[in-house]
Amino acid sequence: MAFKKIIDSKKLLAFLTVFMLFGTNVLMAQTDASSPTGSKAGVNWLSVGYYVLLFLLIAISIAVIGKILKVYDLSQQIQGKKGIHWNNIMGVICLVFLVAGLGGAYWDITVQGSMTLPEAASKHGVKIDAMFLTTTIITLIVFVITQILLFTFLFRYRHSDKRRAYFLPHNNTIEKVWTIIPAIVLTILVIFGFFTWQEVENSSPVKGDVNIDVTGHQFAWEIRYAGPDGILGKKDFRLTAGANKLGIDFKDKNSMDDLQADTLVLPVNKVIRLNIFAQDVIHSVYMPHFRVQQNAVPGLPTFFKFTPTITTEEMRRKVDDPKFEYLLYCNKICGSSHYNMQRVVRVVTEGEYNQWIAKQKPYLTPALRTELKLAAADQKKSITQNRLALNN
Amino acid sequence: MSTLAVHDHGVAHHEEGHEHHHDTFLTKYVFSQDHKMIAKQFLITGITMAVIAMLLSILFRIQLAYPDKSFPLLETLLGRFAPEGRLDPEFYLSLVTIHGTIMVFFVLTAGLSGTFSNLLIPLQVGARDMASPFINMLSYWFFLTACVIMLSSFFIQKGPAGPGWTIYPPLSALPTAMKGSGMGMTLWLISMVCFVASSLMGGINYVSTVLNMRTKGMDLWKMPLTIWAFFLTAILGVLSFPVLVAGVVLLIFDRSFGTSFYLSDIVVNGQVMPFEGGSPILFQHLFWFLGHPEVYIVIMPAMGISSEVMSVNSRKPIFGYHAMVYSLIGITVLSFIVWGHHMFITGMNPFLGGVFMITTLIIAVPSAVKTFNWLATLWRGNIRFTPAMLFAIGMVSFFISGGITGIFLGNAALDINLHDTYFVVAHFHLVMGSAAIFGMLAGVYHWFPKMFGKMMDEKLGYLHFWLTFIGAYLVFFPMHFMGLDGVPRRYYAFTEFASMQRWLSVNMFITWAAIMSACAQVAFLYNFITSIFWGRKATQNPWQANTLEWTTPVERLHGNWPGEIPSVYRWPYDYSKPGAEEDYILQTTPLSQTMSSNLPHDFEDNPAGLEALNKWTSTQKANEEVK
Repeated sequence: MAFKKIIDSKKLLAFLTVFMLFGTNVLMAQTDASSPTGSKAGVNWLSVGYYVLLFLLIAISIAVIGKILKVYDLSQQIQGKKGIHWNNIMGVICLVFLVAGLGGAYWDITVQGSMTLPEAASKHGVKIDAMFLTTTIITLIVFVITQILLFTFLFRYRHSDKRRAYFLPHNNTIEKVWTIIPAIVLTILVIFGFFTWQEVENSSPVKGDVNIDVTGHQFAWEIRYAGPDGILGKKDFRLTAGANKLGIDFKDKNSMDDLQADTLVLPVNKVIRLNIFAQDVIHSVYMPHFRVQQNAVPGLPTFFKFTPTITTEEMRRKVDDPKFEYLLYCNKICGSSHYNMQRVVRVVTEGEYNQWIAKQKPYLTPALRTELKLAAADQKKSITQNRLALNN
Repeated sequence: MSTLAVHDHGVAHHEEGHEHHHDTFLTKYVFSQDHKMIAKQFLITGITMAVIAMLLSILFRIQLAYPDKSFPLLETLLGRFAPEGRLDPEFYLSLVTIHGTIMVFFVLTAGLSGTFSNLLIPLQVGARDMASPFINMLSYWFFLTACVIMLSSFFIQKGPAGPGWTIYPPLSALPTAMKGSGMGMTLWLISMVCFVASSLMGGINYVSTVLNMRTKGMDLWKMPLTIWAFFLTAILGVLSFPVLVAGVVLLIFDRSFGTSFYLSDIVVNGQVMPFEGGSPILFQHLFWFLGHPEVYIVIMPAMGISSEVMSVNSRKPIFGYHAMVYSLIGITVLSFIVWGHHMFITGMNPFLGGVFMITTLIIAVPSAVKTFNWLATLWRGNIRFTPAMLFAIGMVSFFISGGITGIFLGNAALDINLHDTYFVVAHFHLVMGSAAIFGMLAGVYHWFPKMFGKMMDEKLGYLHFWLTFIGAYLVFFPMHFMGLDGVPRRYYAFTEFASMQRWLSVNMFITWAAIMSACAQVAFLYNFITSIFWGRKATQNPWQANTLEWTTPVERLHGNWPGEIPSVYRWPYDYSKPGAEEDYILQTTPLSQTMSSNLPHDFEDNPAGLEALNKWTSTQKANEEVK
């Protein structure tokens, strides 16, 4: 049993600790040394080797433990005893996992759960949050009960040679019960959810108090406000050229006073209608604080109507963060800079909004005006030619 | 040869046919038409693909955990895809795309259904081979071709496809929109067409084998739940995969021949494109018409395998066999009318959204029934913790945890804020990723003796299970909360948003948990490979199970049974029947041999049998009275 001696001699353990300490030191030294010189250092083979060796060591120690267990098991069997009761061990681990898992889940829900979005800053968002809370409570109850049953059954009914399982092929009553109960609970959720959804998506009246065009393209959002006339002018993607990056149709008089902005400023407690467009690929207008999301699809104009209820200032106080901003960002994969396609959204009082909108510049910049005067005739021609080509 | 054997099974001359036939290496291991060998080919290819996809996921997890750190090793390994040791943002998207595609299609569809349908359908219904062994072989070769084409996209200049595994146009249709929409996307589409061809050939074979080639006595209600699951999965696949091909072919037209099925009103980089009149939403309808049944194609075999494994190892009949079958059928039917829940916020008519919400939440009922029935199967069982059993249990646990979050996402109102966030990532990785892969691993551990004639090491199986089980929960549970904070999926880095930076520590934790789970798979691979060559030799029925496959010899003949195919007399779940000598009764044991354990219920459509039972019980009683 020389093999066993080596393992028992604690040399291995000592070697392991020394190795770990040494390795960590080397690694720390490496990071210290490499950080001032910059990242152009090339592959740090030492640390790669360290991790590989660490893994091998763990694998070897697992193999050693496995061998010890096997030897122990065999020696027990030689003595006429039963070996390790793996069924009992697994049963106990199941129970430990249940307790640790439920504890972990509780910790996660309290700690990380509190890192989630603050209260909804829009009228319909409050309803969505109520729906969310109801669903969470119901599902958490189901989650806890079923997981407890699963793992306690595993422990309670772990294998024993003395016992036989209870032959129970079916029981119609109990099966009916647990078909009907979920059905009832889900019916309630469906009805509740259906009406919430209908309310959120309700489009009458069609126009909002403030109508804003949001257009997504790789990788930014363009925001267009209606001018003093309160009406957004028409658009046509074929007119996109040069400074007219949204393809606004300036033959439509309503377009003349349309304004461009780089922040989405919204007056509080007014119905906002976002008209959502995309130029190249699908994007998604995502404003989680307002519980607003709608895809921006090329060729399919969409919209979302909502009423913000909490100004940015108020929200800053509520979340106790003076730098807090509402955000609009892209939530549909759209290319390399998908991860950085955002606009600040600011909810302000009506007075502040009126002041702000008065300062915004029109889309029809002097540069664009000259460009269009020159190009107006050409465009007309090219469109008719396109039509002709299509008809052929 | 095997087709011949199949048509007149039970005829004596069959055995002689075998002896004349000498397999060469090529016909035995490569171009094999034996369903058991094809199953192994699917399994090993599937495992290989799974390892590759897992490594890809570790790569992008490292990026998410350390977005500002440079890893020169990555540049050594990946070259231009990781300049200065940091992943290229477009390559990150490619990694996500290929990880998803491989896992969903190549591992959990072909690797799972392909392996276990091939292995178990003939063995468990009592057939010599599949209905069409040649098409079965073709199915594998198309699959392998698809795998090779998919992986080859890593070796082209612009890298693999990158618009996400759902490849929504216009992103996937416009090569100028991103690098991953160029050649890589073309290869993706070709690979997928090959894959669907493979899947259809397999599916048609499975359906026809189950319907036509069951042995004597094996009526539909005597089939194990595994077979029911594979059968319904195959039907789902046969009906939905062609729609994906239609969608893919139209996309190929849009990409290569200038049509406008999915494209309209497009301006890329200030350049007006000529496309008019198409609709990107059309592609989403076509895609999800397959895509949603696809997630049930992934989970139903896992459910079937888990049901079987849990019944065997609880030494107890599966609770509510009929309810289990009806819930599978319910899921199959409903899964065709729920696809719109992936599209609530795409601009689809809100009323349609409401309808899809109703159908989606209804599908939770059969799923709940299945869960409760599994729990009832464990109740008062005599549970043996084999590795297969542990994985089946893990499957149930994941199915519960991931399933209940589906109730959030299926609700259109809640989906507004949860759509495409990490909440979705957590949901489907638990319910479809983890649960299905655990079902698959349960199957591997359980039927390894049938595939290779050897046993896998149990202790390593335990280690593998606990590390993977705990690891998967550690990875996916925290993701729910990121989603609830509005953190979107498919973001290359969260550095650009002040509000997301506090999730960086969580991301680091998740990455290390993922690395731990990945390392745990080494235990599996080591166990799997060494057991094939040096494992303990298996006995004929190592788990004391009832089903037909355990009546075949350990040597695994081409044709499965050396003599006549056994007849079936009872359902597959007579475990721990009161009055029986052993705690299991094989399906091939006639009721006449088990008089002491027969129940009136066993003779439902058999009045003569019932009479015999009554006679037997009355004589027993009379005898006892005499004593």
